[in-house]
Amino acid sequence: MATASSAIEPAAPIQAGPRSFLSRLTEGDEIAHLITLIFAASILLITALLVYRLWIDSAASRHQFGWHFFYTSTWDPVAGDFGALPFIYGTLVTSLLALIIAVPLGLGAAIFLAELAPRRISDSLAFLIDLLAAVPSVIYGLLGIFILVPLMRTVIAPALRSTLGFLPLFQGPSYGVGMLTAGMVLAIMVVPFIISVSREVLLSVPSDQREAALSLGATRWEATWKVVVPFARTGIFGSVFLALARALGETMAVTMVIGNDPRIAASLFAPGYSIAAVIANEFSEATGTLYVNALIELGLVLFLITFILNGMARILIVMTQQKGMSAT
Amino acid sequence: MMKRLALAMLLLSLAAAGAAMADAVLINAAGATFPYPVYSKWFDVYHEKNQAIQINYASVGSGAGIAQLTNGTVDFGASDMPMNDDQINDFKAKRGVSVLHFPTVLGAAVPTYNVPNVGTDVKFTQKAIAGIYLGTITKWNDPEIANANKGTNLPASDIIVVHRSDGSGTTFIWTDFLSKVSPDWKTKVGSKSSVNWPVGLGGKGNEGVAGLVKQTPGAIGYVELIYAIQNHMSYGEVQNADGKFVKADLAGVTAAASGAAKSMPDDFRVSITNAPGSAAYPISSFTWLLIPAKINDATKRDAIKDFLKWMLNDGQNYNEGLSYAKLPKPVIDKELKAISQIQ
Repeated sequence: MATASSAIEPAAPIQAGPRSFLSRLTEGDEIAHLITLIFAASILLITALLVYRLWIDSAASRHQFGWHFFYTSTWDPVAGDFGALPFIYGTLVTSLLALIIAVPLGLGAAIFLAELAPRRISDSLAFLIDLLAAVPSVIYGLLGIFILVPLMRTVIAPALRSTLGFLPLFQGPSYGVGMLTAGMVLAIMVVPFIISVSREVLLSVPSDQREAALSLGATRWEATWKVVVPFARTGIFGSVFLALARALGETMAVTMVIGNDPRIAASLFAPGYSIAAVIANEFSEATGTLYVNALIELGLVLFLITFILNGMARILIVMTQQKGMSAT
Repeated sequence: MMKRLALAMLLLSLAAAGAAMADAVLINAAGATFPYPVYSKWFDVYHEKNQAIQINYASVGSGAGIAQLTNGTVDFGASDMPMNDDQINDFKAKRGVSVLHFPTVLGAAVPTYNVPNVGTDVKFTQKAIAGIYLGTITKWNDPEIANANKGTNLPASDIIVVHRSDGSGTTFIWTDFLSKVSPDWKTKVGSKSSVNWPVGLGGKGNEGVAGLVKQTPGAIGYVELIYAIQNHMSYGEVQNADGKFVKADLAGVTAAASGAAKSMPDDFRVSITNAPGSAAYPISSFTWLLIPAKINDATKRDAIKDFLKWMLNDGQNYNEGLSYAKLPKPVIDKELKAISQIQ
């Protein structure tokens, strides 16, 4: 101990005492600190400005409808009567459908690529998946219109009706466009996010973990499913919520295949409408303060939904982490 | 000596540039997307003839055009539907002057449908279109459709209604027509660029509606006449106010405007859907330029007035090449007189 400290001692006088502000400034520390602080603060500032603007510009609608806005379902620009429920419903249901389809698919693919596939195949496939994540959403919309919509009407919907038709979810006519089609297009869009992020997270699990499990006699799959995946759990959740955020806000691809009808129907085959889609569709031609304000309030509602879901995600992550801690 | 000469030349050229800058008039306009192709053609040709005048047009949509005009961010606006009294009062309150409407070209909406094994000339009575869009007529062989189409074997299949999901002037024309021919529609739905549709699927844009109709057997939708012409789509005939079935074309649309010209109000805020005249196509409409009645900048005022004169005379010749219907002569004459109201 003593020898170690004496070895360091000679260098100390140079660093002695806190450096003057000027020297810190000239050496760049203060400037870097300040600049990065401004950058970090700008994120907060932009968010605050966004909420402020949405809040101010939706004043007429908020005063007129109050809480009714959240649970009434009329959307009548002629009479000036606006309720957001069908849009909230459509946004949540399509995003949920997307996750139900995309999470098992994405997680399975990520496990294969990270744990089971040869590294060369894994790397080249990962490159393709990153490319998929960068495809503009209108392209997925076109894919939906030309492939998924006819397929839904002629194959998927009849098959679901004949097998699961006893559920109200899969009853009634299918026009090709509708909630289920929108959910499927969204699933295709978000899968690359889940695969890409989950694969990276799984690859970053220390190999000691795998080796320890294998040395205790676990099979390869047991090591993967019971050790590696739980270890990477937080990151995997992160990828799912990234996917959810994209699904909630997706506009173009959804409006192309959802049917754009603000009604709440039990069947998933029925057309619906999402918040982002109605704003994009109606904003440019909207006239009159109340109408424009109602559309802006929808934007506020979407912000709120994203905020709440992200908050829940945080809590979920913290809870599972604590559970993980107490188990070990 | 050389230096002094160079300096003089430099000063001279600077002065010339300054003069050119002072002469150039930059006019900003914004509004309707439907007439954008013909407007941009007009502004281009007009700029070639009058190098000093440059008109920039942003096709942001009628609603946004009216909002920008009211807030004073553009010199004039453009809209597929006339401003209503509330909007005009709002404009007066903010700008202190009135606003004038000038019809520029004509548009129309046509019914397109997809019924397997049925030809391209299905005739729609006014009651049939209203009933279909209200959801009271649900089968293709409904007597209201079948009786007008004797000899066509219409199936007993469901009608799937398709409408525009985005706010649009086409929807305004369509719903304005329905409001005129159906009291039920007028009280239950009304007319606007977006409405609370009783039934149906929404497609984004003309291409969205056309695509949905094409893909869905039993579907009916409506698209802009120009879109139908340019894409060689087939569409049905519609019964007009005189009881005649008319297949929309540019002449039929101009005929509708002629029919309405006799009763044209002085402010040009008029709907010409269901206009009288045996050749008139009933689902037609003007689209308008919205110009403040008082423009303080004299050069801008003169430029705008000169452009309007040119647009009503030479400009109209560019319409049909771009599939827009021409204004009829009586409307042009009336507008030329109205230009003097801009002060």
